[in-house]
Amino acid sequence: MHMTESAPVRIASVNPQTLFETRQGDRPTGETLFSVSDLKVSYTGVPALEGVSLDIYRNNVTAFIGPSGCGKSTFIRCFNRMNDLIPTAQVEGHISYHGVDLYGPEVDPVEVRKRIGMVFQKPNPFPKSIYDNIAFGPRILRMQGSLDERVEQGLRRAALWDEVKDRLKESALSLSGGQQQRLCIARCLAVEPDVILMDEPASALDPISTTAIEDLMHELKRNYTIVIVTHNMQQAARVADMTAFFSVKVSDDGKRRTGILVEYDETPTIFTKPADKRTEDYVTGRFG
Amino acid sequence: MSVPSISLRRQSSGAAFRGGAFYALLVFSVTIGFVLLVTLLVDVFIKGVPYLDGVLFFDPPSAIPERAGARPAILGTIFLMGLLLVMAVPIGVGTALYLEEYASRDAWYNRLLDLNIQNLAAVPSIVYGILGLAFLVRGLGLGRVTLAGAMILTLLVLPIVIVASREAIRAVPDSIRQGAYALGATQWQVIRRQVLPAAIPGIATGSILALARAIGETAPLILVGALTYVAFNPTLTGPFTALPIQIYQWIARPQEEFRLLAAAAIIVLLAILLTMNAFAIWLRNRYQRRW
Repeated sequence: MHMTESAPVRIASVNPQTLFETRQGDRPTGETLFSVSDLKVSYTGVPALEGVSLDIYRNNVTAFIGPSGCGKSTFIRCFNRMNDLIPTAQVEGHISYHGVDLYGPEVDPVEVRKRIGMVFQKPNPFPKSIYDNIAFGPRILRMQGSLDERVEQGLRRAALWDEVKDRLKESALSLSGGQQQRLCIARCLAVEPDVILMDEPASALDPISTTAIEDLMHELKRNYTIVIVTHNMQQAARVADMTAFFSVKVSDDGKRRTGILVEYDETPTIFTKPADKRTEDYVTGRFG
Repeated sequence: MSVPSISLRRQSSGAAFRGGAFYALLVFSVTIGFVLLVTLLVDVFIKGVPYLDGVLFFDPPSAIPERAGARPAILGTIFLMGLLLVMAVPIGVGTALYLEEYASRDAWYNRLLDLNIQNLAAVPSIVYGILGLAFLVRGLGLGRVTLAGAMILTLLVLPIVIVASREAIRAVPDSIRQGAYALGATQWQVIRRQVLPAAIPGIATGSILALARAIGETAPLILVGALTYVAFNPTLTGPFTALPIQIYQWIARPQEEFRLLAAAAIIVLLAILLTMNAFAIWLRNRYQRRW
């Protein structure tokens, strides 16, 4: 229960009390990959999320949990600059990736997204063959080497190869929902990213497919850093090393609802000994 | 315990009568349209079929009905369609892509553009003809040539192509775009490799229907000077005629034979139109997507 000088501050909140009261866990393995400080995201000037500071560690699974509307999806989309595609969205604050400012003036969002992949809530295979879905990324990025090998490797890593190896030319839309989502993960892996962002990847899937995706995450974190947004607390407890709990701050007049980070710590701590009352209420099911 | 006696018989005959009357009215409306169309078609076919021969397809028009054909008109129509395809479709799809994928929807100039396109689709074709005469034939000095006719038909169908293409592009779900962006695709790659391929069936269907509308047009072509008597094959920069013009001219002739000839030409025009529409429907069904 100590913190060395160089240890990053992992606990962050808009509530300064939390910062001091939270129990400090052991330093997680892996170096800091992302460092977020005082992040604020607004849509047409209305803040959806503010005052978020946290660090994300390499080769860890980091989960964002919290009630609907707490801005966790908005937050995860900041890491690969997907919010850039929404003209009304404005991101303030600082996110660094390997020490480089992700929102620096010389940073090309396209380059960011090559390294930081994303899997969406609803499986979104391209209306093409299974093969062409996986090959799309390597093709547009003009990656060297055999395309067939890349496709096979991507599908193997996503634990889908055995199910689809005999029908690679068939439409990806013919796959089941769970298979489609693993296809989307395979598609993401085929461009060899560094980080995989998953925005509620299992929320549209049945329990068996969900288990398959969760097993996959355990497998993948050896080589990748995974950030996952989930509604499902059990899922966070099962897969995540670190968990951040977000909540909604309602303004005094009740008109504005803004997402805030309440608590961020190692997953067992969040679920068994949370420092903040709001976290405790949420994880024990009294709220949300 | 006695079972209460209830009546399940119809209580009011008024409501039932009104319902029946409304149904009869609907059937009557359908019948009128259908009977008129069938009468017209049957009449045209009875008169025209005997004249559907080699002379019609391969000979130039003539003052003698037995020797009169519509070769220049058929070729002119095919020529116009070809030119229309290479002019209207790229410009229309380009405009649609700009408006859907690049344009900021709030900018006043884009809203103005949008409004104008909607309005242009409703402008009578004769107005396009006047524009063609004033601007293309005289202003630019193109003269009364095939190219001028094709250009004015392009303007005429452009709004239709744009609207159809925009709908096809809009129907491509955003999740596809997001998926491609998330893999590190540039905007051009997203459009070129995902949006366009997914929208092409819709774009093709809309374009074919627009073309089908254009080949039946007569008024603007008359104004840009499609000749009624062309005894030679059309060229890009020479005088031209087209099937609707030929039909119009034959019908105006006093001899009965020319009217029968006109009926035969109408069958040819209808056949081209129906083929195009059938192709459009086939395309739509063949590539219909479920997301």
